[in-house]
Amino acid sequence: MSNRTDRGGLSRRGFLKGAGVAAATTALLDRSVEALAQENKESRSVVGPGAVAITLKVNGQHKDFQIEPSATLAEVLRVHADMTGTKIVCDRGSCSACTVWIDGKTVCSCMTLAMDARGREIKTIEGLAQGEHLHPVQEQFIEHDAMQCGFCTPGMIMSCANLLERNKQPTLDDVKQACSGNLCRCGTYPRVFEATLAAAKQMKGGNGNA
Amino acid sequence: MGAIGQNIPHDSARGHVSGESVFIDDMLPARNEVFVDFAGSPVAHGEIVSIDTSEAIKVPGVVAVFTHPDVPGHNVFGPVVKDEELLAAKEVVFVGQPVVLIAAESRGALCAAKKAVKISVKALSPIFTIDDAIAKDSFLGPPRKIERGDVAGALTSAKHSFQGTLVIGGQEQFYLESQIALALPGERGQMTVHSSTQHPTECQSIISEVLGVPFNHVTVICKRMGGGFGGKETQAAGPAAMAAMVASKLRRPARFFISKDDDMRTTGKRHPFKMIYRVAHDDRGVITALDVQMFSDGGCTMDLSYSILERAMLHADNAYFIPNIRITGRVCKTNLPSNTAFRGFGGPQGVCNVENIIEEIAARLGIDAIEIRKRNLYGVDDRNTTPYGQIVRNNMLPKLFDELPRSAEYQRRRAEIDQFNRTSKTQLRGMSLTPVKFGISFTKKTLNQANALVNIYTDGTVMVSTGGTEMGQGVNTRVRQIVADELGIPYDSVIVTATSTDKNNNTSPTAASSGTDLNGAAARDACVKLRERLADYAATQLCTGEGGLNGSPSSVVFRDGFVFDDRAPNDRRMRFADLICRAYIDRVNLGERGFYATPGVDFNRETGQGHPFLYFTNGVACSEVLIDRFTGEMRVARVDLLMDAGQPINPGIDRGQITGGFIQGMGWVTTEELKWSLNGELWSHSPTTYKIPNISDVPEIFNVELLHNPDNAVSLYRSKALGEPPLLLGVSVWTAVKNALSYIAPAGEVATLDLPATPEQILMSLTRLVRGGASKVVARR
Ligand code: FES
Ligand code: FES
Repeated sequence: MSNRTDRGGLSRRGFLKGAGVAAATTALLDRSVEALAQENKESRSVVGPGAVAITLKVNGQHKDFQIEPSATLAEVLRVHADMTGTKIVCDRGSCSACTVWIDGKTVCSCMTLAMDARGREIKTIEGLAQGEHLHPVQEQFIEHDAMQCGFCTPGMIMSCANLLERNKQPTLDDVKQACSGNLCRCGTYPRVFEATLAAAKQMKGGNGNA
Repeated sequence: MGAIGQNIPHDSARGHVSGESVFIDDMLPARNEVFVDFAGSPVAHGEIVSIDTSEAIKVPGVVAVFTHPDVPGHNVFGPVVKDEELLAAKEVVFVGQPVVLIAAESRGALCAAKKAVKISVKALSPIFTIDDAIAKDSFLGPPRKIERGDVAGALTSAKHSFQGTLVIGGQEQFYLESQIALALPGERGQMTVHSSTQHPTECQSIISEVLGVPFNHVTVICKRMGGGFGGKETQAAGPAAMAAMVASKLRRPARFFISKDDDMRTTGKRHPFKMIYRVAHDDRGVITALDVQMFSDGGCTMDLSYSILERAMLHADNAYFIPNIRITGRVCKTNLPSNTAFRGFGGPQGVCNVENIIEEIAARLGIDAIEIRKRNLYGVDDRNTTPYGQIVRNNMLPKLFDELPRSAEYQRRRAEIDQFNRTSKTQLRGMSLTPVKFGISFTKKTLNQANALVNIYTDGTVMVSTGGTEMGQGVNTRVRQIVADELGIPYDSVIVTATSTDKNNNTSPTAASSGTDLNGAAARDACVKLRERLADYAATQLCTGEGGLNGSPSSVVFRDGFVFDDRAPNDRRMRFADLICRAYIDRVNLGERGFYATPGVDFNRETGQGHPFLYFTNGVACSEVLIDRFTGEMRVARVDLLMDAGQPINPGIDRGQITGGFIQGMGWVTTEELKWSLNGELWSHSPTTYKIPNISDVPEIFNVELLHNPDNAVSLYRSKALGEPPLLLGVSVWTAVKNALSYIAPAGEVATLDLPATPEQILMSLTRLVRGGASKVVARR
């Protein structure tokens, strides 16, 4: 998925640069520490170690947390916000089970620092439905049996629903592209295609052509 | 209309799509909870010299560390043979084997403490391969044999015979939810453990033994698993016991949690096999004799290896009648994590061997392999006895071989592929059709039993529990459908609760595709008993003699939420809920326990003869692949699959099982390669290095159909178990690759190919063939 890499801001690596200068010097032999410090001063202030207070906007609500600056968004959602719909599997950006949206784009929340999600719109699986009213992708996943054990399902749905935000008339290839990073060991993929295309049809303006 | 046969969505569908479904790690922290993990052996084989935990205990947040003398009860356990240690005492037998148990307040502290543990080991020489194990006579358990006819005679007298070796790789289960357990200490030594396990009863007994308390002190609960695939049949017990041990020692709730990487590094996988075979056949490719020696890599301990080898041997024939056959088997002992169950349970390896042989016969005779398969297929009236003496009944194989090639347009596409391969210099196409005849039942007779508890509440709603654990396969959904129909109430009036050893005791693992067959039958039994009792009572309520109608239990019908007398269905009726309410007031027992034991199954391990399976599930798949001749890269272009599902209880869920199983099988034979370092450390321990099928690997054309088979009278509602059989059809992708390679093999030569057929493997095989002489494409037939 093209926007998966387009996280912007701080990644785990970025965090190391920002907060762990001293510890990371061995890895930075070819760049002077001073230059790096200068870069840091310009870009962001050093935080941690130790918990810091942050506010995140999750599913439209502002929530306050005391977190280690190294905490990933996935961790903060699951452990601090008790929002366990988002799953962690590989914890390194290669399965997409932890997919959430930030400012309307899908990201792997295990590869995103919570610090970096400050001031941005975070949407999780818990925020996809409007109360009791499920999102069409959710509805069609049920309709088309697009889940088995369900562990990959929240991430898969976040990827598919995001596609429909961007593209009202997706083709089968678009769907494949959108969830190319989402692993499902139960092998529900063909059902995911069907469900997503049906959801596109269900949403106004889509014709679900494949 | 009844619920059975309907496409009812998965029991947990709504929870899964909304993120509400609770998996164990989603359970909010219990008050005062600690996290548990272990530090493991640094080497594959050695004697422990010392264990130094002094630094680890100093890590801020670490609560306690434990080693083997701290185990309150037995440190040694095992599902069949007691040869596993919870915490290694003297000897370590694989890299990462648990040695020190750590409890900490946070996951961060746990990580730091793991690194601070120092385990010093005097290394002993390890064994990592089947060949090495054979050379060093390193085996687990005695040899096994199944034999029929005069194999030696048939092999020597045959006009055509050849021998070969097939190397089959393992497979990581890769359930998305890693092994996990949450233990909650109770009163007077009691313990409740939430475990992601396919076998709560075994977890219960192992925890009891580790804690040194009676079984009735331990309750194991499994609400659902984020995938199991066999990997949580026996190997969930270790983590559950570790959590329980810490909880018992500290009197605090304890959550065992390991990363995906550590889970992959330290748990068992599908067994690699080495097959050494000699086969004889006639001019038409009909197999007259087969002698196969199977060697499986059991890893460091027995686990379920013996039963897995047994199932591989019982599937050495797959769908073919082989008059003279000898199958011998041994489990090799190596210094790798103990290999364990994985969907198919040895069956896939057994089947792969004979399908490979068929491809080779086809290549040698220059006859399309589909013809060879048809000629060897089990017959309906004769040629229908398996090597172990069971007769193949309700044999759908001929019908499947009749229907699928037609719908898949086999002949037309074969001609096209012949033509394509004659002309293309850059690509190769291949196509193959393989069948499956999978035996349904546990080969261990005792396990073919189940119990279920059905409780009716006074508002007419019903709660059911069985020993079947839910891992996505839909056992709970099917049980709900069964109970709803048996009691004649709406599906929504029934719920299935978490599997728990305090409600259902002495249960079998949810495995061998038998989850619904066994547990559904037990639930039905409970419903039948309840219905009989309620019919007696209803007869007194519906007809009191007025209007000349006397109460008659046999006339009472339960349907659509009503109970009525079928002699006067319109006026002698009441709501099910009203009947229940009255029955309660009149003190009628409204709960029942059902029981089921599969009839007629029996198998004698010593003689290798018997009737191990209640029935067989059949299917066929035809796969077409496209190979890049320069890189070995391979794509699955089309798959047509036809499965005999009997009369499905839930066609939608069944279809999902079929597609998912096939995709998993396809992964095993193509991209999933386990790579170990020379020191026995797993290199491919995350999805970054271990490649399970992703969305782009799904065949471009993928047709899945169910064969209508109303004649299957032996099993539950004439349905057929489908959990494992479709996985074995993934083999058709591998044989299709082999078929593609056969197009460039010099005449009379056979392309060799290990499994999985990774691009690397394919490229090596291509290179061998091209170097071996004729690089020119030869047309088949
Ligand atoms: S858990 Fe985030 S990508 Fe796997
Ligand atoms: S539904 Fe089980 S991993 Fe996708």
